[in-house]
Amino acid sequence: MRGLLTRCVALHPGFARWRWALSGLVALALAALVLGAAGEVQAGASDSAVEATQPVAGSLAPAVIAPPELTAADYPSITGVNSRVTVWLVAQLHLWFAAFVLAVPIFVFIIEAIGMRTRDKRYDDMAYEFIKISITAYSLTAILGGLLLFSLIVLYPHLFSYLSRVFGESMFYYALLFFAESAALYLYYYGWQWLQGGFRKWLHLTLGLVLNAVGTTLMFLANGWVTFMMSPAGLDPAGLFAGDTWAAMHNYLWNPINLHRFIANIAYGGSIVGAYAAFRFLSATRPEERAHYDWMGYNANFIAILALLPLPFAGYYLAAEIYAYSQQMGITLMGGIFAWLFIIQAVLIGTLFLSANYYLWCGMGRSDGAVRYNRYIKYLAIAIIGSFLVWFTPHTLVLTNEELKALGGPYHKYLGPLGIMPAKNTAVNVMILFTALSFLFYRRSNRIATVAWVKAGNAAQLALYTAGIANLLFLGIYHGYFTNTVYKVAASIPQVMTTLIIIVVSITLDSVMYRGAREVAPLNWGRVPNRAQYALFLLAVAFTWLMGLMGYIRSGIRQHWHVTDVFRDASPDAYTPTLGYAANVVSMGTVLFMAMVIFVFWLSQVSSRKTPNAGFWKAH
Amino acid sequence: MKHFFKVLVFSLLMIGFFAGFSNFGIPEIKPAPPPVQEQLDLDAITPERFIALGEKLFNGKGTCTLCHNAVGGRAPLLDQTAAIAADRLVEARYQGSAGDAQGYLVESLLEPSAYVVAGFGKAGSADTISPMPSVTGGSIGLSEVEISAVVAYLQDLAGLEVTVDIPNTAEAEASEPDTQAKAARVALASAEEVITRFACTTCHKLAGEGGELGPDLSHIGATRDAAYLRRAILDPAADIAAGYPPVMPPTYATEIYAGELELLVQHLAALQ
Repeated sequence: MRGLLTRCVALHPGFARWRWALSGLVALALAALVLGAAGEVQAGASDSAVEATQPVAGSLAPAVIAPPELTAADYPSITGVNSRVTVWLVAQLHLWFAAFVLAVPIFVFIIEAIGMRTRDKRYDDMAYEFIKISITAYSLTAILGGLLLFSLIVLYPHLFSYLSRVFGESMFYYALLFFAESAALYLYYYGWQWLQGGFRKWLHLTLGLVLNAVGTTLMFLANGWVTFMMSPAGLDPAGLFAGDTWAAMHNYLWNPINLHRFIANIAYGGSIVGAYAAFRFLSATRPEERAHYDWMGYNANFIAILALLPLPFAGYYLAAEIYAYSQQMGITLMGGIFAWLFIIQAVLIGTLFLSANYYLWCGMGRSDGAVRYNRYIKYLAIAIIGSFLVWFTPHTLVLTNEELKALGGPYHKYLGPLGIMPAKNTAVNVMILFTALSFLFYRRSNRIATVAWVKAGNAAQLALYTAGIANLLFLGIYHGYFTNTVYKVAASIPQVMTTLIIIVVSITLDSVMYRGAREVAPLNWGRVPNRAQYALFLLAVAFTWLMGLMGYIRSGIRQHWHVTDVFRDASPDAYTPTLGYAANVVSMGTVLFMAMVIFVFWLSQVSSRKTPNAGFWKAH
Repeated sequence: MKHFFKVLVFSLLMIGFFAGFSNFGIPEIKPAPPPVQEQLDLDAITPERFIALGEKLFNGKGTCTLCHNAVGGRAPLLDQTAAIAADRLVEARYQGSAGDAQGYLVESLLEPSAYVVAGFGKAGSADTISPMPSVTGGSIGLSEVEISAVVAYLQDLAGLEVTVDIPNTAEAEASEPDTQAKAARVALASAEEVITRFACTTCHKLAGEGGELGPDLSHIGATRDAAYLRRAILDPAADIAAGYPPVMPPTYATEIYAGELELLVQHLAALQ
């Protein structure tokens, strides 16, 4: 089977130009609408601020919005309810479901387009099945969103009041957009079978585009509120808000979070539908059913990996911007009390890469032609595990005095630099490259290239990877051992560029090499061990847990501030908890989420079952 | 149903592993509680206790050791800074206005970019801008008394005689910034007052009088609507008038009250 990426690349030229132009026009109109809405938010902010600044009767002071100074008594409490944990869990559950329901339409849109291009109905059916799962999750997202809103109003009324005064208009538009999102989603889902073929299919695809545009705008709005709490903007030096909502929304960390969440959502959505396919595969009794869900699981894993590869770069960009916004916040994040959290993160990301690769390696068993590549798998595994161990190496060790003396200081002369960024960047880039290599082997597993220059092509691939990895290692070692702290991160950009160039060039080269390739053995969908399905499940669980953990740190680096440096958190829970405590809350949330998700999967299975009930109904 | 439970147990085991590693696989560090405002009896404080207070602030509330430590190398060590402060005042890279070593130390806490130690400036600033925030702002928020205590500690750390005067309670109270004063500024009642306060005519002509650095606003309402004018004041970089340099400060958005802004915008829009 040709990979999705190849299909995506091949997608464009075959399409009639006017049809793309039509979609483009709709996209432009939509963008104008969104920008118009943003402009309205800005203009509206000024109008509303006018009202807010009119002198109050009996007072000459204008009512600019000042952050309240609270005491513990200002936070209502409910007996037996921990306010922070409640809001934490509800927000996180809402976010998990929201990430899923925002991501699914993105790749459903792409898969539907691929189906249209190839006229292969399997893609259309798969896209429909994906969106069907997200429908139940959509109502859960809305319910949890409502619960979050009420939790904030009841448990943190002053914080909610402050934020709603700063962001009032955008919250109103958010609610309106939610209606638009629902309308687009229901039309897209329920109209799927109706809008088939010819112009109707184009109309349906355009609906998918509208759905994605509205969904992404919703996320951007909510990101503005969240990032304002981290890097507030639009305030004067005394922390007073003068009414420019756009400035508050367009704060320092808004775009880094927008980018990071957009990519992460796709990877996460892929992992969850992968878990769905795995669940259905395990429950399937008929061979054709197993083949269908095997194919679906493969595609979902492909989507997850495709988005997972650039994710560390987006994360790095976000962290760099946090440093640029506030070095103090950056050091608290990476070198202060949260530093050990990144060792937990290393375990989770190692799990993600290993399970995604393991699934690919198991999948090579679908074709007998893959035996040619089996001997290389162990080297891929060694490289990925080696990289994981470097990422896993902490910078600061917890040592006794004797150990400290024996080591000659807090850091080992040669192993110490493995704990800092140049080594971590090198490790993650190598891990990404070897994952790309796994994918390349998988693509080749059932085919033999027939072009005349196949030897030269393979030699070029080998040279490309060798030179690229040598460059990564050189940059990592040079900056890790031979530069001072301030310049240690300088390797990151050239390393990222090296990795991206290798991936793009090698996949392009391979696509050309394998054009018209001969099939040596068929690809038997469904011929994959059950343990591969558990690898897909592990991917979803690790992703969910990781999102919960990183959500905690994103929020936690504000420490005892509701809005960093502006609005202090005076609640009894204003302290930063230990990482163990945070991990337990994240675990509790993950259990709840996975239980709900598996329930959704089960529901989708039940909905297609029919129980014969002869004798129950009256005969007519 | 069998697979339902198998998958559930597998998921629980994995979640348990991640939770177990987080609880037992890494050191459990209990973060310090949020800083609290300490009540000081300045009238009874001794120089030793004042220096000890400075040390406590240096290692705690001031968050100085987050960067100024021997491990990370993100900022210079400060153990001898007080001793070499006087030498820095005559260096070419010094951009401040302190008259003596003690003044330099105070200035370095309030305006860290006045002197940036070579190799420790913000990336791309050629060591002219310090990444250090002012210690009076944001989450650090040191008071004048606390800054004096930190300076006393730095002098003591360098083995020098402490020259900082310990303020008494009355002086400390008098020096506390009135953070509400800004909030309580009485809103200006007319467009003319706004124009005077924000010195618009320094750069713009109004009724034929004023500077020429910016466009003539005498009849601006004839060509520009209120929305444009509002944006031009809040975000001057959004539209630069042809033939004029982009020198209008972007700070009005945080200085002008929204009511004042509307008075000004309506006034300008009416200038046909």
